[in-house]
Amino acid sequence: MASIREQFEIPGKMKTWSMALIGVGLVALVLGAVTKGFSSDEHEQAHFWGTLMYNTIFWTLICNASMFFICVSTLAMGGWQQSFKRIPEAISTMVPIFGSITFLVLIYVVVSDKHHIYHWLDTEAVAKDPLLSGKAGFLNAKFFIIWTTLAIGLWSLLGWRMRQISHEADEAPMDQQTGASYIWRSTVRAALFTVWFALTVGSTIPWLWMMSIDAHWYSTMYSWYTFASSFVSGLSLIALWVIYLKNKGYLELTNQEHLQDIGKFIFAFSIFWAYLWFSQYMLIWYANIPEETVYFKHRVQGPYKGIFFLNLIINFICPLLILMKRSSKRNYTLVTFMAVLIIFGHWIDFYQMVMGSLSKEHVTLGWLDFGILSLFVGLMILFVGRALASKPLISKYHPFLKESIIHQV
Amino acid sequence: MAKKKFVVGCFDDEAVLFPAVKKVRTSGYKIHDVYTPFAVHGLDHALGLRETSLHTAGFIYGISGTATALGSISWILAKDWPLNFGGKPHFALPAWIPITFELTVLFSAVGMVLTFCYLCQLAPFVKKHHFHARATDDMFVMVIECTEKTNADDLKAFLASNGAIETDVQVAEEGWWLGRYDRDEHPFQNKQTVVA
Repeated sequence: MASIREQFEIPGKMKTWSMALIGVGLVALVLGAVTKGFSSDEHEQAHFWGTLMYNTIFWTLICNASMFFICVSTLAMGGWQQSFKRIPEAISTMVPIFGSITFLVLIYVVVSDKHHIYHWLDTEAVAKDPLLSGKAGFLNAKFFIIWTTLAIGLWSLLGWRMRQISHEADEAPMDQQTGASYIWRSTVRAALFTVWFALTVGSTIPWLWMMSIDAHWYSTMYSWYTFASSFVSGLSLIALWVIYLKNKGYLELTNQEHLQDIGKFIFAFSIFWAYLWFSQYMLIWYANIPEETVYFKHRVQGPYKGIFFLNLIINFICPLLILMKRSSKRNYTLVTFMAVLIIFGHWIDFYQMVMGSLSKEHVTLGWLDFGILSLFVGLMILFVGRALASKPLISKYHPFLKESIIHQV
Repeated sequence: MAKKKFVVGCFDDEAVLFPAVKKVRTSGYKIHDVYTPFAVHGLDHALGLRETSLHTAGFIYGISGTATALGSISWILAKDWPLNFGGKPHFALPAWIPITFELTVLFSAVGMVLTFCYLCQLAPFVKKHHFHARATDDMFVMVIECTEKTNADDLKAFLASNGAIETDVQVAEEGWWLGRYDRDEHPFQNKQTVVA
């Protein structure tokens, strides 16, 4: 193992690119804040804050999905991810950073009483509305703030504990006894994260953050749908970083076998996403009850029609047909292309989930969206690069490392 | 069916088998097949087998399932016998997706199982020659096809020098033929002699 390059060094180009993207994003943010965010027009305000909301939520959730990936692989006693697991770990260091940005945006929206974004903030309207007053125990500012704080705080904390234990395996060789107790402790920490993940991303958080924009509408499928969306884009993000580091000559122990398994995950969860997309749509279409169809009306028949179905093509048809073959999952170029496409597709999906409810008459996709996107991409590249450089790329003494080295599909 | 002459070498260790496979192949012998008690990772690669096209067949079966479902339902419900179900349009695509999905899965699953059995020459009322009974238990059995130029004794010695613990020459049918193991061979009356 002497020839392994354990330490990632940030290339100058990467620094320049991330700074440039952040610069573009900051300009867009300031311009947006001046022209829309703090203007007197409610629609403009909703446009600005909505754009910030879906971008922050999207990036927080897909970075958190990395930690979820590590935890479920740990729980399943998986060994194959060991050779590249420092990448999802580095991506998950973004959770506290993006999480606090999300926290600031959401808390500002709630505290400044923006009724046109969260209708349930309007206490007078809620009192008169039997449906909303029935939901008031869940949809109220106090619960929203407490639960959001807890969610982001515990994702960060439990994720940090998972990373800590992962770095323990860098230090010294383990005998069988230490190895076994190490695996057991990792399992416990992974289980804690997974349970909290299920209580938040798997259920309450998407209801609170995004579904409650349509305060009257409800769908129990919504959280799973959001989870599938964020998990598949999180996996694509991992794939992109793996391929980037491979291109730079790192990750000697990771090869096409691992890439194929990441590709399989992307393929499978694209289908899972489509399954949830369809289940949510079909039940509402079939029952055809006005309270429920209100969500789909302007998306399927209104201005969002194009985006809505483009979404299905990018996120389901393309991965299904392109990633189906073994050879395409082992092809670095094709996986890169698909990963970028899928991240874009699910970003558009989050766009229509939030903005489709805030701006029903016209599609707002424009410079502000892409500007904010570039801000987040820049931040992600900058901080993930730093996190990768700060720790060794391989956990040398992990008991399952050999399983990853000889991994064969 | 024509009978062929085979040289059979038995190995009791994977670690011996792999280099032997490599040597036999580089010496120009044609390996008919290697029978193993369990799936051995990388053996297909070592034998130089091409990748199976079973999944391509599966894709085609799946597509035909999709086409069958969509074709028949749309013809029945939109053309031949249109009915009004709760005011829905006659061409009610979302309602058909679950059935389309089921038929896709059914066609590809059944089709792939049958294709797999055909490729492995497995079926009820069909027999195949077994080169060694212990191939299903703990032995790795390498079967080499002889040509008219092959010297069977040389080959046996060559296999033994590469770690085969048991070698022999068999003249056998290479494919499948109609027949029944229970009727033809009376396995319970005529106990097979198994070399320990």
